[in-house]
Amino acid sequence: MKTEFRVYTGIGIFILVMLLVYFFWSGDGGNSILLFATVGLGLLPGAYLGWWSRRMEPRPEDREVVEPGGVADQLGAFPTHSIWPFVLGVGVFLTALAFVFGIWTAVVGLSFCFSAALWGTLSSRRGGLI
Amino acid sequence: MRTIDVASRSFSVVRVVRVVRVGSALVLGGLVLGACNLPGFGADRGATTQGHSTFHLFQFFAILSIPVLLSVFVPLVYAILRFKRRGDEIPKQTHSHIPIEIVYTVVPIIIIVVLFVFTVRVENKVTAVSAHPNLRVDVTAYQWGWKFYYPSLGITEYTEGNHYPDLVLPENETTTVRLVSSDVVHGFYIPAFDFSRYALPGVTNYFDFTPNQVGSFIGRCSQLCGLYHSEMLFHVSVDTPAGFNAWASSHSSNSKGA
Amino acid sequence: MAVIDDTVTEHVVPHHAEEPSGFYRWLTSTDHKVIGKNYLYTSLAFFFIAGLMAVLIRTQLFSPNNHFVSPQTYNELFTIHGSMMLYLFAGPFAFGGVANYIIPLQIGAPDMAFPRLNSLSYWLFLTGGITMLLGFLTASGAAAFGWVAYAPLSEATNSPGAGPDLWIVSVALVGFSGIFTAVNLVTTIMYLRAPGLTMFRMPIFTWNMLVTGILILISFPVLTAALILLYADRHFGTHIFTVAGGGVPVLWQNLFWFFGHPEVYILALPYFGMVTEVIPVFSRKPVFGYKGLVFATLAIAGLSTGVWAHHMFTTGTVLLPFFSALSLLIAVPTGIKIYTWVATMWKGSLDFKTPLTFSIGFIVAFTMGGITGVMLAAPPIDFYTHDTYFVVAHFHQVLFGSAVLAGFAGLYYWYPKLTGRMYREGLGKLHFWLIFIGFNVTFLPQYVVGLRGMPRRIAEYAASDGFTFLNRVSTVGAYITAIGFLVFIWNMWISWRRPIPAGDNPWDGHTLEWGTSSPPPSHNFHSLPPIRSQRPVWDANHPEHADYLRPPEPSRFSSRRDEAVVDR
Ligand code: HEM
Ligand SMILES: [Cu+2]
Ligand SMILES: [Cu+2]
Repeated sequence: MKTEFRVYTGIGIFILVMLLVYFFWSGDGGNSILLFATVGLGLLPGAYLGWWSRRMEPRPEDREVVEPGGVADQLGAFPTHSIWPFVLGVGVFLTALAFVFGIWTAVVGLSFCFSAALWGTLSSRRGGLI
Repeated sequence: MRTIDVASRSFSVVRVVRVVRVGSALVLGGLVLGACNLPGFGADRGATTQGHSTFHLFQFFAILSIPVLLSVFVPLVYAILRFKRRGDEIPKQTHSHIPIEIVYTVVPIIIIVVLFVFTVRVENKVTAVSAHPNLRVDVTAYQWGWKFYYPSLGITEYTEGNHYPDLVLPENETTTVRLVSSDVVHGFYIPAFDFSRYALPGVTNYFDFTPNQVGSFIGRCSQLCGLYHSEMLFHVSVDTPAGFNAWASSHSSNSKGA
Repeated sequence: MAVIDDTVTEHVVPHHAEEPSGFYRWLTSTDHKVIGKNYLYTSLAFFFIAGLMAVLIRTQLFSPNNHFVSPQTYNELFTIHGSMMLYLFAGPFAFGGVANYIIPLQIGAPDMAFPRLNSLSYWLFLTGGITMLLGFLTASGAAAFGWVAYAPLSEATNSPGAGPDLWIVSVALVGFSGIFTAVNLVTTIMYLRAPGLTMFRMPIFTWNMLVTGILILISFPVLTAALILLYADRHFGTHIFTVAGGGVPVLWQNLFWFFGHPEVYILALPYFGMVTEVIPVFSRKPVFGYKGLVFATLAIAGLSTGVWAHHMFTTGTVLLPFFSALSLLIAVPTGIKIYTWVATMWKGSLDFKTPLTFSIGFIVAFTMGGITGVMLAAPPIDFYTHDTYFVVAHFHQVLFGSAVLAGFAGLYYWYPKLTGRMYREGLGKLHFWLIFIGFNVTFLPQYVVGLRGMPRRIAEYAASDGFTFLNRVSTVGAYITAIGFLVFIWNMWISWRRPIPAGDNPWDGHTLEWGTSSPPPSHNFHSLPPIRSQRPVWDANHPEHADYLRPPEPSRFSSRRDEAVVDR
């Protein structure tokens, strides 16, 4: 996790330096705000990763040497199929089309979205298996 | 086990040194010759003093790119010809070679610094706006035409149907162009001057031309501006100061695009 | 390095329920391999549609004052051509298709971190793509303001109708799809790596996809925000990008390119990654300068967020030296990559199969396109060539070079993994030569015609302009390229109808995806080889040349001091 931390923080600091140079050279506030937000995108996840990497044993994927057989079943369960992403996708699509063709497609679309959100969530709880 | 392969090192370093040497010789040669006799690589030589500087910058970049291109293509072609798989044996597993890596990092940085220095010089020249120009032209771009207004002469030229307006400029004198747009973004582009600038709604742009060549050239709109973008043409006529004055006095009475 | 025995690390296969088959499987699967393939098919379909548009565009330009299509249709064609190629092909093909399929395999994961989000990404991508094509069915026609949609041309007064709105909605949908895929990729790479697969043992393709994901998360939201503002201008009476109400048109360009330049690297880094997988395998060597490559990629990520205004040099509103310096600088890490590829081939044992041939074609095209990119990074040269065919030639050399030459290198390389079958080698080579020749014949003349002053996006030119001959050459090149893709389709067809089994690891691959069956089982691995280096499968197949036999890292930097330590 240390490397992940360094990647994010490194990008954040790099853009911070760029921001400072840009802002004081150009005096352009608008674009500096964009750069400032980007610095946050680097430093916030970086801080999160750094905080955890200091409080955690290196994970198996961070260790150079792994004893064979010692890391069984760490990955959990993965779903194999579900209709709800499709329903949600079509719902979002219809809702988005409302911005072109008028509100009526959103009525259908949003009902798709809500049912997908509801049933999708419920089905992922059922029996612990997704 | 050492991963550094001595044979390949000496060969590659020699090659790199040779390429660098050839490259710098070319560049120096170019500078000494004043670059005017060198090929233009398809670029327009620029009919203004500003455009001519741009042309030389382009030429400089193009010449410098030859050794750079060769530094990739020569080893690439050599590798293709020489290292074709023949048997089943496994080649030496070279993972890295720090000196080579340093060379191909540092040499490009040096090249970039040189390019940047020349770029800034030409850029300052091309974007400089004279405090006391000999002439000013107010250019307005609109869908789909141009209006050229000479405030000191009271002359207006503009697009009328199939008539393309004429931007008349005196030779060897500095004209400042004031560029605006009255609707969408257009591009005021004179290929023979090696120059273009956006006509941006809400922004007023100033730039200078000092034509050093009598002649007539074509001007275009370079930025997509809608349906008839391709027909937003204009003419540029560079005349001697005397010829320019004759044109000015014959036009200041009837200011239209005829 | 500690000694570990070669016992295989058991990877517990997660329990999974009955899987549906056929159409219902295609609709509901959350398996990254099914979704990845869907992405590949769909993005290739968009590629062919957009390619067809390119052929129409080139046909219009074959002769001066041609009336093959009307100016309105012409503007729609290049707008949708560019938008589809960039938003619907080059990006989704790379991170929705290839990366989606390959990344979990390369890092020994059973799936992507969020399988159902992955599925949602696909549906947003597909519906977004359909939305873009719907524009042609509307009364006012599709969007006709270029893929960059410069305001105020894209405002309601200048581009009325449903077509532009469909374009906005489409790009927003595809943008969300891209953001979700990026979240998925970054999470997967950071949290689902197999034990022992440290960050600095990840294949370069995985590294590049991680950085691509970060860049997507930086830039796509800006585009989405800009699109919403544009929509508000068009329909809610705001004046953000119009002068009339006190707005600032050039703000659109800033927002767009703040997305747009990272975007061009989002479209390039995955393809850099693909050739970095292909070249070592077909050279039987490890990738040269691995760490340098990783740092180059990270440097590109950092720099590419600071160069957006090199697309705006001619606006007269930007700080020229700043953007010019950073744009020139970005050529350094890009150059490092090119030299790395050549150095990887150096003294290798080169097997010129189709994937390697395509990769070499990519290096050639990309080097030339990169050099002209450096020229464009100099503002005076950009003043001269901006919005001319010179720029068109530049970005096609880099984009066609990456998305097509490198992209198909990757496709041919992983085709046996995806299908368990082998394509026809002869047809693959024929495909390469046709498109490589066709592509160069198309785009090299465009540099010249651009320097002579031909602006881009013009529907017509005059006979007196002197552009005719070079445009004819260009058009012929486009036809040759199109024929090349017919060969590709034939190759896929014949390889599907008369399959030749490929085996699990036909190329003697290095990375984990070659350590499972072809195609991989659901949840990818029954067992993983031990991971002790960047090339676990190579290590397992060539124990006498295994990477973990190398001396430990630091010795490469200071060999002499290390020897002294040994002496003591
Ligand atoms: C060596 C690195 C590169 C440099 C220095 C560079 C520089 C530039 C510059 C300065 C422009 C603006 C030209 C103009 O519009 O006047 C430009 C345009 C463009 N570049 Fe690059 N570039 C590089 C690599 C790439 C890559 C890797 C891609 C994509 C894979 C790319 C895609 C594009 C595209 C699509 C445009 C045209 C955008 C438009 O429609 O206006 N470039 N490049
Ligand atoms: Cu125009
Ligand atoms: Cu850019």
